[in-house]
Parts: sequence; structure tokens; C-alpha cells
Amino acid sequence: MQFMLLFSRQGKLRLQKWYVPLSDKEKKKITRELVQTVLARKPKMCSFLEWRDLKIVYKRYASLYFCCAIEDQDNELITLEIIHRYVELLDKYFGSVCELDIIFNFEKAYFILDEFLLGGEAQETSKKNVLKAIEQADLLQEVRHMCFLKICRISVLTQ
Amino acid sequence: MPAVSKGDGMRGLAVFISDIRNCKSKEAEIKRINKELANIRSKFKGDKALDGYSKKKYVCKLLFIFLLGHDIDFGHMEAVNLLSSNKYTEKQIGYLFISVLVNSNSELIRLINNAIKNDLSSRNPTFMCLALHCIANVGSREMAEAFAGEIPRILVAGDTMDSVKQSAALCLLRLYKTSPDLVLMGEWTSRVVHLLNDQHMGVVTAAISLITCLSQKNPDEFKTCVSLAVSRLSRIVSSASTDLQDYTYYFVPAPWLSCKLLRLLQCYPPPEDGAVKGRLVECLETILNKAQEPPKSKKVQHSNAKNAILFEAISLIIHYDSEPNLLVRACNQLGQFLQHRETNLRYLALESMCTLASSEFSHEAVKTHIETVINALKTERDVSVRQRAADLLYAMCDRSNAKQIVAEMLSYLETADYSIREEMVLKVAILAEKYAVDYSWYVDTILNLIRIAGDYVSEEVWYRVIQIVINRDDVQGYAAKTVFEALQAPACHENMVKVGGYILGEFGNLIAGDPRSSPLVQFNLLHSKFHLCSVPTRALLLSAYIKFINLFPETKSTIQEVLRSDSQIRNSDVELQQRAVEYLKLSSIASTDVLATVLEEMPPFPERESSILAKLKKKKGPGAVSVNELEEGKREGGELNGGGERGGDSSTSAVGSTPSPSADLLGLRAGPPVTAAAPSAGSLLVDVFSEAGVNDDGFLRFVCKNNGVLFENQLLQIGIKSEYRQNLGRMYLFYGNKTSVQFVTFTTTLNVQAKPVEPLIEGGAQVQQVINIECLTDFSDAPLLNIKFRYGGALQNLTLKLPVTINKFFQPTEMASHDFFQRWKQLSLPQQEAQKIFKANHAMDTEVLKAKLLGLGMALLENVDPNPENFVCAGVIQTKAQQVGSLLRLEPNAQAQMYRLTVRSSKDTVSKRLCELLAEQF
Repeated sequence: MQFMLLFSRQGKLRLQKWYVPLSDKEKKKITRELVQTVLARKPKMCSFLEWRDLKIVYKRYASLYFCCAIEDQDNELITLEIIHRYVELLDKYFGSVCELDIIFNFEKAYFILDEFLLGGEAQETSKKNVLKAIEQADLLQEVRHMCFLKICRISVLTQ
Repeated sequence: MPAVSKGDGMRGLAVFISDIRNCKSKEAEIKRINKELANIRSKFKGDKALDGYSKKKYVCKLLFIFLLGHDIDFGHMEAVNLLSSNKYTEKQIGYLFISVLVNSNSELIRLINNAIKNDLSSRNPTFMCLALHCIANVGSREMAEAFAGEIPRILVAGDTMDSVKQSAALCLLRLYKTSPDLVLMGEWTSRVVHLLNDQHMGVVTAAISLITCLSQKNPDEFKTCVSLAVSRLSRIVSSASTDLQDYTYYFVPAPWLSCKLLRLLQCYPPPEDGAVKGRLVECLETILNKAQEPPKSKKVQHSNAKNAILFEAISLIIHYDSEPNLLVRACNQLGQFLQHRETNLRYLALESMCTLASSEFSHEAVKTHIETVINALKTERDVSVRQRAADLLYAMCDRSNAKQIVAEMLSYLETADYSIREEMVLKVAILAEKYAVDYSWYVDTILNLIRIAGDYVSEEVWYRVIQIVINRDDVQGYAAKTVFEALQAPACHENMVKVGGYILGEFGNLIAGDPRSSPLVQFNLLHSKFHLCSVPTRALLLSAYIKFINLFPETKSTIQEVLRSDSQIRNSDVELQQRAVEYLKLSSIASTDVLATVLEEMPPFPERESSILAKLKKKKGPGAVSVNELEEGKREGGELNGGGERGGDSSTSAVGSTPSPSADLLGLRAGPPVTAAAPSAGSLLVDVFSEAGVNDDGFLRFVCKNNGVLFENQLLQIGIKSEYRQNLGRMYLFYGNKTSVQFVTFTTTLNVQAKPVEPLIEGGAQVQQVINIECLTDFSDAPLLNIKFRYGGALQNLTLKLPVTINKFFQPTEMASHDFFQRWKQLSLPQQEAQKIFKANHAMDTEVLKAKLLGLGMALLENVDPNPENFVCAGVIQTKAQQVGSLLRLEPNAQAQMYRLTVRSSKDTVSKRLCELLAEQF
């Protein structure tokens, strides 16, 4: 996998992970172009598209689009399930995850992704093992708060 | 949000994020961010030392600001400080910041690498993983230099925790991808391969990505992975869905690992070991069988995971391309998917079938689905799926179904999406040409193409139809009639006018018998389009008019009238004005005979590969054109030059020694001058070096001289200067870029050693390469020089023989007549002499012959041979190993225009080689 982008229906980038070295300028250009392309697609369309010399695999969960760029020989369907497994991990960790969780805890979203995928390849596909690694860190946590965030939570998994 | 309060919430950060979200405008957001940046800056600069928590919070805020798309130019130092914190969460944020915002500041890199080194040796698995993640995320060369040696050790060490092994494997993969030269597996190879046997599925999953990448680069070293991968796959495929516990995904056992195992096997040919192969075929059959079983769950995740494995298995079957039974089963399975309700599956089935169509075992099976695919082309709502259907139709096309497929594609073109029209046009044009049984069908198809999608018909396509019509006289009358009819349409595309103008100008006489298409009617029809056309088309039409004057003398006065009109003869466009003036003069001055010679019908074009095929190859990767076709193209054409380039060589033949009487007045052959062509190089079909054969045209020219141009084409000129003394030589190669575009990644390799050359040659510039030569012993094969570079995206590859020949190492030896004959007699063994009798290729001019013999490097001996017409020479070839004395005698026979050449030398190979080289020179 070359990169993964998470963005909202409004086109706001929520998470970006690059597994190939690119300049900031190039990253911004790719993001802009892809967000536009993917948002323009209709709901029943196929989840794969050819883009430059890459294959884009994307899926929408509630208000969020998850979008991966893979290489020619990579498997599209298994990439779709990479996306799904990541959503499941977020969901399990946050307890029915919504876009706000990812905005306010963006660092967690990155940590979970790093446990699951590294260098663009699956590192650990077991849900239990990934969450175990993350929760170990949380044992060292400090304060509990953020209760003020009870704004319209729409779970990502209930589409 | 109680559930979210997991982790180490940072209240300040949450407040800041809320503030940003509440900003009503971009300006407000920027204002808030600047306020925050000022705050953080003052905190970082403040005298009060910050505690770890605050530092972490501020670094995290900076990261958030950066991810919003703003530049961050400070905070790196604070992030690096966090790396050495003992608190996991602080360290974690530090690493995240570094991973996202790497800075090439060398001082910082040193500090970061230090912190990573400490964590790697900490023996704390969570810290080690963090450090490895950071290396994998950054993947810079500096990090590879620092850690590429250490990580393989961690990966295979017996006491490394599983989670650390997983991170180490993928970390190494990332470093290998960025700096393959620094990652040396060597002694670790076998232990890394054996990770495929690891008990921990996670370790296998991570390790296999590394092994696959390494296998692609070094298949031989890693080939033991094949049997291990097969047995691992076999165990997974035959396991019950619950066996693998958390590695089972929606009732599918280890889908990711299965896909990767199948992918790894695609790096290798089918296993040679019968048992391993049997086991693998069994696995593939099981996977195909499972596809037929009722699903264990209705969830899309279940079917996706299951089908992901299925598609990967089919890829492997296609890769092996040796099991007809499996290929046909795969095809049938994909056939089912063609009508599946999931768009994704239909898309993938179309794509995968495209590759099946190129296998001889499954081509027929694929063809049975033609109706479904045509239907997909017509009814799919998603353009990317329709595109796949068009690709598949193209791939499954052969002589038996070409008419149907071309007709369907043409009718689809009327409504096709703009994004794929050009490619569709090319595909139709290629299929029509490739499978044309009768050429009238071909002409109809291309004219239809121009009618339906004229804007997308590139030059290559209409050049090609003209080429074919000119080369086949059985279709010329039909073509003339058809274009004449097509031009009747009130609005017809300019490309149609071009084709019409050219064809009627050449073959209008073939339909002139019919009063409905009499010469004047033809002319008036063409001329009625004139004012609607662009300058190049008008120029072409003017040429058609002058051809009309030749074909139909009765149109002469009408046409002269047109040419004479102010709008032509005083046209503001220089090209048009010149043509009008010249054609007018030509038609009034030249006699009928001269006119007939000058304006004779175009001779047939040399057969070469279809220029449109070349264009499609350029346009798309291997997906669009199967390898088969490429090969076929080579066989048919020989040369790969495209139509756009065609002009180049025929125009040189026109200005060269034998001017063609039928100069191409329509300008079709006049290739664009190189300078004008260069800027659009990307779209031109330039592959001037054709296939990778050795080019030795220039080679023989250098036997008798040391300086000159070794090679030249439209792009590149290679000049040579060389000097030799004793057994040593020095050669300067000058590579001149004749275009205005850079050549990039320019490399030259010699089958002996040479200093590298500059990798980039600017347009119009020249670079120099020096080669030092030492002759160790006598030789007959010249060194080969391979030149590769990119020009406008296309890789150019050229192999030249370097003109280093044995005679370059001659030392001339002066001697008297008496000595000469004495030595001549000494060298009397039959194998010491080589003789050749050959026809003169050039005028037998004594002075020229002398110059050539001197250029050869031997001493030319006067007054030695009793016959003054003969030449004799003597010299010693200096090699490091030995000296080889050689004598030569050349006897011209002016009457017969023949030469007899005799060479004697102390070494038989030298005599032979000298004789061969020289025989080509006179």
C-alpha cells in the first residue's frame, strides 16, 4: 500500500498515512485530487478505480471515506477488508467510533494504525492482539475527562 | 463521551481542537492558530522548564496544526526531548511527531537516531516497537545507514518477542524499499525464510511481506520459501474456520496471510518437486471448490475475504499458465461473477478475465462470455466497469468475432464517456486493422470512427488508413467512393476532409467515370469544405488540387482560377501562399509529362508496425496490450518506428542521393523538423532505436580513421575522437542531444569497465565520456557499448559496437623491398595467410586508397612491389602479451573492378581479422 487517507463527506482530511516518500506539496496535490475524485462518485459505484498508475480502493462509513492506494499486483478485495478491519479496531477502541473521536483523538487513530499496518503492509491482523498493544499504553494514562464532547455521535459502523 | 476518555486525554488539546472547529471562517481559524503558535513558542522559549505532560500537549497541538495543512517550523527539539522520556505516552507522541514531520536537520537526525538506538537496546518490547515503527515510518537513508545492520539481528534472535519481530520484519521491508543497497540479508536469509514456519500467525503475516519483496529481487536465494509457503497455505486452506481463532475473519481462515502466500508463489515458476506441486494444485482446487459452497455468512466481509483469496489463486493459476483444467475452471468461476449483483465482483471478474483471454488454454472459454461482456459495456452504470468491459472485449477479440466486437465498440463510442474515447478509438482502429479480412470493411470502420468520434481520432489513425489504402490497390476504388460519399454530409469532421482530400487527390480518377462523381463534382465538394478548415488541412487540400490538375486536365482552368484568387495567392499564411504560388506556376509552366512525373501516385509505404498500436502501447501499460501482440507487432513490422516518425527517414531519402520523382506534395511524408517535434515528444511515437539489436553501421567506417560520428538519429548523435600509441588507446565519446528536451537517467555500459557518464543531458547539450583502452592480446570482437536513457518518458535503448579494432594498435614498420619479401616468405605457413578477393565498393582512386591504408596504421611501402599498381604495407601490432608482425598486399584490378587482398602475419587470428576488416573498406 502506498498511502491511506481518511476524509469526511465535506472533503476535510482526517487522517493521512504515507508509506512512500513524497514532498509535502505532492501529498497535498494527491489529496486534493483524490478527495475530489472519490467524492464525485455515486453510492452504488464500484469501490475500485484506476488512478495514475495506482489502484484506489475506497469505502464510505457514515460520514467518513477511507481510501487506500495500492499497487498494480495488490489485491483489491483484501484491501477493502483492511479498511474494514481498521474501522473495527477504531470502533472497538472508542466504543462505536464516530468522526469526532477521530478528530479529537487523532493521535490514537495513528497509533492504532501503526499497530495494524506498518510500512504499508499488514503487521497484525488479529483484533485482540492489536488492541492489547494499544491498551497496554493506556494503562499508563493520566487524566480522564472530555465529557463535554457529547455532541451528536453517529457511529461509523451503523451505516 | 465517557467511553472516549480512555487513554491520556489532554484537556488543553481538546479545547484547542473545539475552538478550531467552532471557527466560522478560514480567517478566524488562521487567527486562532497563530495565537496558539505564539503561545506554544513562548512556552518553549520561557525560562520555566516545562514538565513532560505540557511538552507532550504542545507538541501534539503542533502536530494537529500541521495535519490541518499549516507549516510548522519549530518544536522539533521538544519532540526529540520527548523521545527520551520514561513515560510511554510522552515517548509515543514524540515519535509520532518525528514520523509525521521529519526534518533533514542533521543535528536532529543524530539525536533521533540516538534515542532510537537507546530504545532498541532497552529490551523493553513496547519501546522497541515504538522505535521500529518510527524507523519504518520515516524510512530515510540516514536511518537505513544507522540501523539496517541491527534490525535483521533483532528479527531472527531467539529471545525477541513476537510483536517486536513483526515490527522488525516490516521495518526492514521499508528500509529495503528505500535503500536496497544497505540491507544485506546474506547470513540471515535462511532464518528469515523459516519465519514462514513460525507458530505465531502474526509473525508469519508480517514476515511474508518482507520475504515476498526480497524474493522478487533475489529469487534464487529465497527459493526455499516455495515449499514452506505451499505447506503453510495447505494447512490454512484445509483448516476449519475456528482453528485459527482470532486470525479467522468472518469465517474465513487467515485471509490476509492466504493472499500473501499466493502472492509470494507468483514470484516463482510452478514447483519442480512433484509432491509440492501436487499439494499446491490441491490447495488451488480446494479454493475453487469453496467458491461454489454456500456462504457461511451473509456479511459482505465474508464474501470479500473469501473472494480475495479466490482472485489471488486465479492470479497464480494465470501466472503458471500450465494447468488447462484450472484455467478453464477459473474462467467459469469468473463467468459467474460477471453477472453478480456486487459491482466490485463484476469489475474484478472483467479485469481478471482480460489476462485469461491471453492464455491459449482459456482464450476460447473466455470468448463464450462475449454476450455478457457486450451487455456490460452497454448497461453498466459505472464508467470504470464499462472501461474494464471494453478492455476485455479488446482482449478476447480474434478473427472469429472481430466484426461483432468492432461493431459493438463503434456503437458504444457514440455515447462513450469522454475520458475513455481516445483509447476506445485506438482500440477500434487496431482491431479493424488486425482482423481485417476485406479491406473495404476496414475503410468503412475507420471512416465511421472519424464520423462518430472525429475529435478523438489522432493523426496516427488517419495516417494509417491512408498508408493502407495506398499499399493495397484492391481497396483504392472503394475508398475513393466511400470518402466521396462521406464528404457529402453537410457537417463532416475535419479529419474526414483530410482523408478525403488525400484519397481523392490520389485515386479520384477511379470514380471519375460516374457522372455523379465527375472530376468537377469531386473538386467542388472538396473546395466547399475549404473555408471551414484549419491551415494544415487547407495546405493538404491545395496539394490535392494540384494532383487533380494532373489527374483531370479538364479541371485545370477551374483550379488555376482558385489558386489565382487573392485569398490564396495573397494569403496571410506563408505556407498557404507559397503553395498557391508554386502550384499555380507549376501547373502553367510544366509540360504534361513533367507534371505527370512530379505528381505521380504515391509509391507504397514501407510496411512497418502499425503506428497506432505503438501509440496504444505508449498510452497504457501492459494491461491494455497483451504481450502476444507486442511480439506479433515485432514479427510483422521489424521496426518499431511509429507513423509520426515516418516522415523523418523518407524526407532524408528525398533530399539524399536519389530524389524520388514523386515527392510527397501532400506533406504527409515530410516529417516535422526535429526541433519542432521535440516539445511534444511525449505524444510522439518515438522509439527510434527499434529493437535492441546491435547497431554496427558506424563501426566499419572507423577501421581506417579515428575520428568522426559513430551514430546519429533524430535524437542523439555520438561522436568519437580517439588516439592510440603502442598497445594503449584513449577514446573520447561525445553524446549530443539533438532535441530541445532533456535526456534523463542517461547511462552507458560497456562490457568492459568505463567511467560513468553524466546521467542527464540537457536539450541541445553534449556530454563527454573518456575511455582508456589497453590491448592485452589480439582480439576480433569489438567492445559493446550499451546506452540507455529516457526521452519524453520513453526508454531508449541502444547497443553500439565501439570501433576499437586490432589494427588500431599497429606500429608502422618501414622496410626495403628485399626485407619485405624475405619476411613475406618467412610467414609461409598456410594458416598465417588470409586472402580475400572482392568487388570494389568505391571508386578505385589511388590517392584515396593510399589514405585509407595509412589510416589503417601500417607503413605504406613504396617501390617494393614490382607492379606499381599494387600496394604493400608492413606493421607490428602491439599488445601487452606479444607483438604480432603483419604484412599486407593489395592488388587492384581496375578493369574488373576487383581487389585481391592478402595478409600474412605471425598469428593466424590476426591475419583473418585484418582481412575481414579491410575487405569492407575499399
